[in-house]
Amino acid sequence: MPRVVVDVMLKPEILDPQGQAVANALPRLGVNDVASVRIGRRIEIDFTGEPDLDRAREIADKLLANPVIEDFTVHLVETDEPAEARP
Amino acid sequence: MTARVGVVTFPGSLDDGDAARAVRIAGAEPVRLWHGEAELHGVDAVVLPGGFSYGDYLRCGAIARFAPVMEKIIDAAGGGLPVLGICNGFQILCEAHLLPGALTRNQHLHFRNRDQILRIEATGTAWTNTFQPGQEVLIPVKNGEGCYVADPATLDQLEAEGRVVARYVGGNPNGSQRDIAAITNQAGNVVGIMPHPEHAVEALTGPSLDGLGFFTSVLKHLVGAPA
Repeated sequence: MPRVVVDVMLKPEILDPQGQAVANALPRLGVNDVASVRIGRRIEIDFTGEPDLDRAREIADKLLANPVIEDFTVHLVETDEPAEARP
Repeated sequence: MTARVGVVTFPGSLDDGDAARAVRIAGAEPVRLWHGEAELHGVDAVVLPGGFSYGDYLRCGAIARFAPVMEKIIDAAGGGLPVLGICNGFQILCEAHLLPGALTRNQHLHFRNRDQILRIEATGTAWTNTFQPGQEVLIPVKNGEGCYVADPATLDQLEAEGRVVARYVGGNPNGSQRDIAAITNQAGNVVGIMPHPEHAVEALTGPSLDGLGFFTSVLKHLVGAPA
């Protein structure tokens, strides 16, 4: 059964201090060629039946993302495991 | 008759006790409201206290917005019920779309805990009508996610409509845009504030008694409000 994946990212104009902190730590790893790091959130949704992308968008718009500061995208990914084997 | 001011307890609220005490010191009767109960018990105003709610998973206030008591509060706020959201309560009001914008991680990523000077700019709201315009007050601030953000058009609108209730003076503790510490809705009955007026109501525990003005304001508002 395909799984619905929702990716939530801060809008480009919203400062991402978490991403900046990570970017600032990279030189300590010897990495000096990274211009910026942005951190978002990936949410995986398994429906009991057929995946419902419209419903997933509604969930994302109402709860998973705050449209004031965040954008989201919704897409399907194939999963090999049977639904009951998922943690 | 004594005004009855509801104080909501969410799972993770920290300042509900102090908020209820501030209500009592101001001369009203605090009524404890429970997040899981869609019931306002006929209160005349509501305080959403600081702390946390539902672990603040996802985003601060995002899940609390859907609490059964919040449905009632959102309805009642639309009808003019005075609502004050402090800290996490401010975050919940933004998530509930009762106030515009959002509160994000402090720009410097550090938790800030200090006594903070604020300038009260909007004195026509239900919660600030006992202050003088431009009055400076000293109130504790304590937050990790208090950075107020909104798009420039929203910020301009807030300024043009006189809905910036308070600004940080003497240093912005969290990077909030335009030093915004508190805002109100168009009607002036809903106010969100990041610092904690309920911690500045007694000489023994607070840096000043300036916070009391928010609670006496709502009583004055209720006396003047049509029944």
